[in-house]
Amino acid sequence: MVTETSSPVFPGGATEPVVPPVAKAQVHDLNFFYGELRALKGISIPIYKHLVTALIGPSGCGKSTFLRCFNRMHDLYPNTRYDGRIVLMPDNVNILHREVDPIEVRMRIGMVFQKPNPFPKSIFENVAYGLRVRGIRNRAVLTDKVEEALRGAALWDEVKDRLAELAFNLSGGQQQRLCIARALATDPEILLFDEPTSALDPIATASIEELIADLRSKVTILIVTHNMQQAARVSDYTAYMYLGELIEFDRTQTIFVKPKKKQTEDYITGRFG
Amino acid sequence: MNPGSMSSRTEVDQAHIRALVTSGKRKQLLFAIAGLTCTMIALLTLLAAFLQLLIDGLPRLSWDFLTNFPSRHATQAGILSAWVGSAMVMVVTMLAAVPVGVGAAVYLEEYAPRNWLTDLIEINVTNLAGVPSIVYGLLALGLFVYQFGFGESVLSAGLTLALLILPIIIVSTREALRTIPGNIREGAYAMGATRWQMVSNHLLPYSTGGILTGVILGMAEAIGQTAPIICIGALTFIAFLPDSPFGGSPPFINFSWLFSEFTVLPIQMYNWVSRPDKAFQLNAAAAGVILLAMTLLMNGLAIYIRYTVRKKIKW
Repeated sequence: MVTETSSPVFPGGATEPVVPPVAKAQVHDLNFFYGELRALKGISIPIYKHLVTALIGPSGCGKSTFLRCFNRMHDLYPNTRYDGRIVLMPDNVNILHREVDPIEVRMRIGMVFQKPNPFPKSIFENVAYGLRVRGIRNRAVLTDKVEEALRGAALWDEVKDRLAELAFNLSGGQQQRLCIARALATDPEILLFDEPTSALDPIATASIEELIADLRSKVTILIVTHNMQQAARVSDYTAYMYLGELIEFDRTQTIFVKPKKKQTEDYITGRFG
Repeated sequence: MNPGSMSSRTEVDQAHIRALVTSGKRKQLLFAIAGLTCTMIALLTLLAAFLQLLIDGLPRLSWDFLTNFPSRHATQAGILSAWVGSAMVMVVTMLAAVPVGVGAAVYLEEYAPRNWLTDLIEINVTNLAGVPSIVYGLLALGLFVYQFGFGESVLSAGLTLALLILPIIIVSTREALRTIPGNIREGAYAMGATRWQMVSNHLLPYSTGGILTGVILGMAEAIGQTAPIICIGALTFIAFLPDSPFGGSPPFINFSWLFSEFTVLPIQMYNWVSRPDKAFQLNAAAAGVILLAMTLLMNGLAIYIRYTVRKKIKW
C-alpha cells in the first residue's frame, strides 16, 4: 500500500538504523468545501505508522481543516463537504465514506485541541470519559486504564494523589497533558494535535514536545503547528501547505535542509509567511 | 515639578484641562445621584409595601392560621387549604414544565436544523412569554378542563401554570446551553460521544445553574398567578384538603389528589381583600406574608443549589 517511498527514514536522527516506513493512512486527492469555498485542493500524502507527521504553513493555509478531516470534525457543522479518500490501514477503510459513521472514526482517531479543553469534571473522570463512552463500567479496568494513560502523558506523578480533584485546578500545561491522557486512554490508532502548545508557556511547551516524541512508539501522530522550530524538533515527516494546496511533503530533515521547491524554502527561511 | 519653569502656553493648557476634568466630574456626580434616586424609588416603594404587609399580617400569623380552614369568622379563618393547594399545584407545574421546557430548549439549541421553521418557532416561543396570563386560563379551560376532562382540578391548574412558564424555562435553558464553550462540545465529540451522550454527560450537567435560574423565575411567576386559576374554576371557599399523595398502605402513593378541587393562596387573598370586614383584610395580609415566604424559600433553595454548582464550573 505504501507509495513512492523516496528515501528511508531515520527517526530522531541520521545515526539510527534504516526503518522502511509503513503507511497507517493514505490520503487520496482530498478536497474539502465550506459551502462553495474549496478549502483543500487535491491533497495526497501518506501518514506513516508510529511516526510524527507535521503540517506547517501560514495562517489560513488549510492545515487545521486538513487535520479535522481525519476525525470527521467537519460533520458537526452544516454546509461542509468532503471529496476524495482517507484510507485507514490495515483494514483499508475510507473514513470519509458516507456510510462510515463519524463516531466510529472518532473512536479510532483521537484529538488534542489548541486550547486545553478538560471537562469540568474530576481528573479521573476526564481520563475515564472515553472509556465510559465505549461502555466500560468495571471500576478496576477504569482505574488501571486511567493510570496507564496518565503515565503515558507524563502526568501520573503530579496528580496521583488528587485524582478526585476538579481538572480546572491544574495548570495550563498540566491540563493539556490531561487532554493527551484523555485521548490516549482509549488506545487511538492515530492521534491528532491541533497546535497543542500555542496557548502554553515555553516550559509547558517543552514538556509537551518531549511527550509527543515519546508517544511515537505507541501511536501514529499528526500535528499542526505554526511554529517551524517545533515541526523540526518533533516530526519525522513534514507537509508544507499553502492556500489549501500541498506544496511539498518529505522527510522533515529534507524539508528543512534541502527543500525541493523554492516556495517551501522561502517559508522555512522566514522570507515569506 | 516646578510650575515656574513652565511656559505660559502650558499653563493655559493645564487650566483648560482642569476645567474639563472638573466639569466631567460634576456630570458624573449628577448621574450618580440620579441613579441612586431611581434605585431608591424602586426599592423604598417595595420595602414600604412589604413592611405594610408585615405590620398588618404578622399579628394574625399563628400555627392555627396555617392549620385552619377558611371560616365566616375572621379570627378563626386559616389558609390550610390554600397553601396546601398552592404547594400541590406548584409540584404539578414543576414536574410538567421542567422536563418539557428543558427538552424543547435542548432540541432547539442542539438538534434542530437552522431554517425558517425553527426561526418561526423561536420567535413564537419568545413572544409566548408576553401573552397575558388570562389567555392561558381560557386556553386551559377549554383544553384541560373540558376537552381532556381533567375538571377544575389541581392537575388542570398545574398544567396551566406549566404552559405559562414554559417560555421562561426554554429561553433561560437555551441561554445556559449557549454559555458552554464550543471547544468543550468538540472535545466530547472527539472522544467518540454521540449527540445524546454529549447532551446528557456534558451540556445538561454544566448548565444546571442556568436552568435552575429559569426554573426559579418561572416558579416565582407561577405561584403568584391568580387570573388563569380563577379562569379554570378554582374554588374560593374550600373546607377540605385533597387526598394525601402518600398513602398508609401499599403502594404508599396515590394520584387522586391530582383530580381534587382546590384553591391557591393568591385566590384566598383576593377573596379576603374583597370583603368589607377589616379583620379579613388583615387575614389577607397574613396570607401574603406566607406567599412571600414560600417564594423566598423556593428562591433560596435554588440559589443555594446554583451556588454549589457554579463554584465548580468556570469557563
